[in-house]
Amino acid sequence: MTRGFRKSWRNFALALAWFYVLLWPLLGIRDGELHFDKSFTVWLRVAAVATACFILYRLGRRGVFNPVLEPAGRLRDAVADRLHRAPRWMLLAPLLLFALAYPLVTNRYAQDVAINVLVYICLGLGLNVVVGLCGLLDLGYIAFYGVGAYTYALLSVHYAIPFWVCLPICALFAAMAGCIIGYPTLRMRGDYLAIVTLGFGEIVRLVLNNWMALTGGPNGILGIKPPGIYLPHFAGGSLSFEYLALRKLEYLYYIILLLAVGTIIAVHRINFSRVGRAFEAIREDETAAELMGVNTFRYKLLAYALGAIFGGLAGAFFAARMRFVSPESFTFIESAMVLSMVVLGGMGSIPGVILGALALVALPEMFRQFELYRMLAFGGAMALMMVVRPAGLWPAARLGKRSDDAG
Amino acid sequence: MDYFLQQCINGLTLGGVYALVALGYTMVYGIIALINFAHGEIFAGGGYMGVILLSYLASKGLMDAHPWFGLAFALILAMGYCAMLAMAVEKVAYRPLRRSSRLSVLLSALGMSIFLQNGYMLTQGVYDKAYPTAFTQGGFNLGDVRVSFMQVGILAVTTGLLILLNLLVYRTRIGKAMRATAQDKIMSALVGINADKVISITFAIGACLAAAAGILVGLYYGSVRYDMGFVPGIKAFAAAVLGGIGNITGAMIGGFLIGMVEILAAAYIPHGGEYKDVFAFVILIGVLYFMPTGIMGENVDDTRV
Amino acid sequence: MNKVSAHYGHIRALRDVSLSVEEGEIVTIIGANGAGKSTTLMTICGIVPATAGEVRYLGRSIADIRADQLPAMGLCQVPEGRRIFPRLTIEENLDMGAFFRRDPDGVEADRNLVYRLFPVLFERRSQYGGTLSGGEQQMLAIARALMSRPKMLLLDEPSLGLSPMISQHIFRIVRNINEERGVTILLVEQNANIALKLADRAYVLETGRVVMEDTAARLRENPAIRKAYLGQ
Repeated sequence: MTRGFRKSWRNFALALAWFYVLLWPLLGIRDGELHFDKSFTVWLRVAAVATACFILYRLGRRGVFNPVLEPAGRLRDAVADRLHRAPRWMLLAPLLLFALAYPLVTNRYAQDVAINVLVYICLGLGLNVVVGLCGLLDLGYIAFYGVGAYTYALLSVHYAIPFWVCLPICALFAAMAGCIIGYPTLRMRGDYLAIVTLGFGEIVRLVLNNWMALTGGPNGILGIKPPGIYLPHFAGGSLSFEYLALRKLEYLYYIILLLAVGTIIAVHRINFSRVGRAFEAIREDETAAELMGVNTFRYKLLAYALGAIFGGLAGAFFAARMRFVSPESFTFIESAMVLSMVVLGGMGSIPGVILGALALVALPEMFRQFELYRMLAFGGAMALMMVVRPAGLWPAARLGKRSDDAG
Repeated sequence: MDYFLQQCINGLTLGGVYALVALGYTMVYGIIALINFAHGEIFAGGGYMGVILLSYLASKGLMDAHPWFGLAFALILAMGYCAMLAMAVEKVAYRPLRRSSRLSVLLSALGMSIFLQNGYMLTQGVYDKAYPTAFTQGGFNLGDVRVSFMQVGILAVTTGLLILLNLLVYRTRIGKAMRATAQDKIMSALVGINADKVISITFAIGACLAAAAGILVGLYYGSVRYDMGFVPGIKAFAAAVLGGIGNITGAMIGGFLIGMVEILAAAYIPHGGEYKDVFAFVILIGVLYFMPTGIMGENVDDTRV
Repeated sequence: MNKVSAHYGHIRALRDVSLSVEEGEIVTIIGANGAGKSTTLMTICGIVPATAGEVRYLGRSIADIRADQLPAMGLCQVPEGRRIFPRLTIEENLDMGAFFRRDPDGVEADRNLVYRLFPVLFERRSQYGGTLSGGEQQMLAIARALMSRPKMLLLDEPSLGLSPMISQHIFRIVRNINEERGVTILLVEQNANIALKLADRAYVLETGRVVMEDTAARLRENPAIRKAYLGQ
């Protein structure tokens, strides 16, 4: 037992004790009595898991697992290398086939989950343009989702404008919202930008909630039309078009799949274009970018607008699918979720964001019985990830330091 | 006129609470340039500890016999609890990220905020939790203006705590160390100040103030909720920015200003009551756009090694 | 008895710098801008981590000692750019210098001494540090360091941005501190002239390496040094 060893165990024990002191009042002072049973059981479970993790961590530090980890690491590098060298279509084709065939082989519930995942992929990629690529900490991104959803809702309910016509309109409105929200933040420091965008997100939600005349307030808007297409129909000798409302879940799945694939392609193209370069320059060092001739004002507004467009399109789909919108769906927590998908998956990395969306939407579904603890785990996981692996699950190839970083 | 004065009293009361919470934000930002998102949950924690302790004391009959003693007892214990909570959050979620990017620590703070909120929800329930408020009822009239005892109490406690904080920060050894560390972290290390300890103490003091605010709010409105920290937290941060981030006097003034603006706007602007939360956000955005250093000027570590 | 001996390799700033300072000496490090002089002092204090080698003070390694524990051991740095606390008064700045001390009488005595050495600080003692002139700030920085009753003082470019007259005054006080109170001095200076007149021994640093080490007197006569650093 070295001195350092004893010290770290002592700190660990102290931490567990501290945790119990914090936990007990919340669980133990009830109905005029002091209980210790409930708090103790909870504490015991947490302490058991924590101790196990701590022991594993210490053993890992000592190198006990290296005989397993090293070959595993080498295997992973070899596989990654192979994948890198394989031509793109070899990897994407099976994925695409799987995605296309998916509704044919799964039940409604799974399709529902998949639709959710795809919607969040759109949102995540859109936010990725703002946060991951351009480095603008947007905590109110969900506002654009809301703008898109409500735009389609109002147009559909009041003017019966079809879904596909609305899509570009929703994109336009979302882009405008992006510019309006982005404009005041152009000269702000990173942290302030975050809280201001958070404020804007809340303002949008509050307006949606309180402007009864326009949005119906907390009651939301009902009776939104689903998307529809005209199918050619041959009868007799003439050609007519029959309208088919795409209500079935499979159709909706394909629509969102189309949107998601479109978003992926668009974001990929932005990533590797001049615009993307400018965004990254702004993220790395804004002053230097400005001096290199990048008009940071315009590009930052563009980033907000582009990100907002993807959010707005996803919002329009959301409204069409649920046939009902209310301000409840556009809270800050949603913004935080999308942001964590981007960050946990790997900022600026498209496969990372997709992985993040999968993890944050599909995993909770798999662990449905722990529904109660979902948000608790989410919050804890976010903090933990930052401390342990801030680069994300699938980091982008380029990852430099931001100009406003400490150290 | 009386209506106006009444609203002013209401505004000052609310403003005092905002000032207490704003101080926590401003002190932490001043010393480590972090927007402590979890601070709102510390405020909520104070509210919860208050209701837990006061309910327990009430069930033992203490609140009937010695209500003020019971309140003081609950106040002190709640402060202690929140200080421990805040120090734990700092040690676990912020200190390891001292040298990481701003985004990382911001997200960690967000994560802790969500974690604590849900912790309250899981341990204390989703519904509002009622405070035993029998002893706080009543008030008196100043002409046509009604002032409740609770309002006087809030103003008294707030003023007392603000004075104490001022004494602490400007007259004591540890207060000077806090100010020195906020101005130049490296130099303060070179004169022998243990930055980690000072930062922990800063968190603890901010938490004590927020805890008091939480109990006061719980007593005033009669109940607490697991998410009571979110919106007031942002408003308090707006107050801190308004006053000049890192600036303690600024946070006090900012808090009162935001409180007044919120109440007066709700009273006088049509539909103001529905949108009253928006005013603080608008002020925040306005200040950051037109006058980012705030009314009294910033107080952060602007040195470069 | 050895006060500080340090040899460290550092990837970017310092390469295998080795120097030592004996008790009661005045040693100076001279060199051009960017040669790594300030980094040396920061590494000794532990603010910048040393990637190789060790720093020893009073005979023991201080590798695992935090920077803020050094003043209590008698090692104090006056960093580059003075770095007084701008929004604290002169008096409060001095209090900060004696922060870790537990002997109020000794602190009081030192405060009187410091005010005697720098009368202008006494005059302005309620003024905020940020409102002082460059020379006054430098005096405050040194005075603050003296409040810790140091055994060894690290000075980083005290003459930077100051007029020759004020620099002379400050260096006279530094010599006084060394002679009368036996404080060991490690001085980093760009102004080689003034530094070599004050010091007993000197090291010359160039792009992170020690290129020369000798007594100050001999370095003053050295033609290469005269050409490069003494403007002759």
